[in-house]
Amino acid sequence: MNKNSNKYIITYASVMVIIVAAVLSFAALQLKDRQDNNVRMEKMGDLLRSIGKGEDANSVKDKFAYITEEYDKYIQKAYTVTTDGNISDGDAFEILLNLKSEYDKSAAERNLPVFESNDNGKKYYVLPTWGSGLWGPVWGYVALEEDWSTIYGIILDHASETPGLGAEITSSAFQDQFKGKQIYSGDKFVGITVLKNGAENNPHAVDAISGGTITSRAVETMIANCIKNYGEYIAKQRQAEVAVVSVSEVESEQVNTTDDE
Amino acid sequence: MENILSIFVRSIFVDNMVFAFFFGMCSYIAVSKTVKTAMGLGIAVIFVMLITVPVNYLLLKYVLAPGALTWISPDFATVDLDFLRFIVFIAVIASITQLVEMIVERFAPALYNQLGIFLPLIAVNCAIMGASLFLPEREYANVGQAVTFALGSGIGWWLAIIMMAAIREKITYSNVPLPLKGVGITFIITGLMGIAFMSFLGIQI
Amino acid sequence: MNNTEKEPLFSAKNRNVLLSPLGSNNPITIQILGICSALAVTAKLKPALVMALSVIVVTAMANLIISLLRNTIPARIRIIVQLVVVSGLVILVDQVLKAFVYDVSKQLSVYVGLIITNCIIMGRLEAFALASKPWPALLDGIGNGLGYGLILVILGFFRELLGAGSIFGYPIIPDSWYISNGGFYSNNGLMLLPPMALIGVGIIIWITNSRKKKA
Repeated sequence: MNKNSNKYIITYASVMVIIVAAVLSFAALQLKDRQDNNVRMEKMGDLLRSIGKGEDANSVKDKFAYITEEYDKYIQKAYTVTTDGNISDGDAFEILLNLKSEYDKSAAERNLPVFESNDNGKKYYVLPTWGSGLWGPVWGYVALEEDWSTIYGIILDHASETPGLGAEITSSAFQDQFKGKQIYSGDKFVGITVLKNGAENNPHAVDAISGGTITSRAVETMIANCIKNYGEYIAKQRQAEVAVVSVSEVESEQVNTTDDE
Repeated sequence: MENILSIFVRSIFVDNMVFAFFFGMCSYIAVSKTVKTAMGLGIAVIFVMLITVPVNYLLLKYVLAPGALTWISPDFATVDLDFLRFIVFIAVIASITQLVEMIVERFAPALYNQLGIFLPLIAVNCAIMGASLFLPEREYANVGQAVTFALGSGIGWWLAIIMMAAIREKITYSNVPLPLKGVGITFIITGLMGIAFMSFLGIQI
Repeated sequence: MNNTEKEPLFSAKNRNVLLSPLGSNNPITIQILGICSALAVTAKLKPALVMALSVIVVTAMANLIISLLRNTIPARIRIIVQLVVVSGLVILVDQVLKAFVYDVSKQLSVYVGLIITNCIIMGRLEAFALASKPWPALLDGIGNGLGYGLILVILGFFRELLGAGSIFGYPIIPDSWYISNGGFYSNNGLMLLPPMALIGVGIIIWITNSRKKKA
């Protein structure tokens, strides 16, 4: 058969394309569940780590089972809120998987996820955030304490920041700085500022990563931009909280002193 | 969200294809011996980039991305062809370079004489492929932004190879240690230029 | 598959095909191919190693497949056939990485896709696989992949060690050495930035060339 005839070339090309397509589709279908699971596990794991749970994920044998179990145990409620402060009916986790597209919408149309954890009576609220770093997206999970202002924990991640510099936002040295910091000063939202140094005694600031200032600032901007969307909802919750606290003040002597400055 | 100017300037200086991502290094090293040929290849890269990136952008947005086929019928919402991304991109790039070569040869013979020999080289130039692969990560909102990104990246690559060629023309007269002559010194100079380009990192527009 | 060949599997010629890319005919330092895609992943050792393994798998398999098909491929669509085979393999590698080593695949991001345009692969297919029997072609693929991977791992090792003071993410430099803890040492962040990969390759080429001259 003539290898240079058009018929041969077209047949050859078609057969090749069909074989390649079949092999690839088969592989993609076989692996898809695993890949999707990886993505879900990563998000769940990060969520849990922001409230200090699920830290054994890398040492246990069955990571999937472990994380799912921990997640079911510690995340009691997940719901979405609108930017004008009402609870809306969205699937919080599905939205989290595609948070970026939510922030592409106009503010009024956003449904933003809130994950609520109740660990032996201590409540934490985890707010996922999303923003742009130096090279690509950065994202994170901010866990707030019951007063909606004190940061209990934070987990940050990124797509393509400079390894060793900007990428250090994922290090615990950087993330531990956020613990105990306040994103509200009184009733005013101030967020967390990133300083060159000397943030240790500042309740609203952390030190930037040396050599990774741009990425550190991106984290600052991300927290400010994202948490602002929850502003109305948080304000409502804080008011309710104050009301509850003042009632319990009358009823008993136990007062939560860290609240409402 | 990001404005056009910012994408343009960033993709030339900050996210420079050569200095920040090492894209297109093979042809960058091989063809940067004289300014004239470097100019030819650089312009060819801008040209091909400007065509392939928007095409790939549209393919990504309306065919490949998960749920992208909903414009045909809502039933396709769960279809995810993303695993075909690489093969589609390279096919688009290879066929468009072929097509461009044929069209240029037919309608602009003068241009073909200048660019012709470079076009086949471009199919395997990682700068073109790399620019397309960045599309899903950068998440540009519309074709305009994608075109701007393509133009900026192309110009960035052109700028890098022109500068390198100019330096290499001069450096042939310098007393470079023998084992470093040629490719070795080219790498090191590229690295130094990359460090210089890092000073653009902080700019905000 | 080699029963019919009279040549032993590891004849001197085949050994040379396998080993020469590691040194005297290294794809990066001598042939200057395939620098494009992979230097950016050498800031840390682990992604460098995964990248190296992926390239070895792709070059070896692509060489083997093209060599098996070499008598059937129509000359006119040769390049397209090669591209399809290579990109098919790269997609497989990418899917496997995403499914089994998700965290590393995140770090490699777009660079996995760039294996397709890695000039080593196309270069070896054109120069060797199209005109060789499957077994030498496979060896040639493995050899070139190894030679390429070797440079990546060397670069990754030094960049991570000097830039972050760790290997595979485990700290190597004692904590007490650091200036912040009263010591004398500080990591050189510059090593982690993209330009240092280029300068690193330049230095490796320098060393190889000087040694070659002496020998």
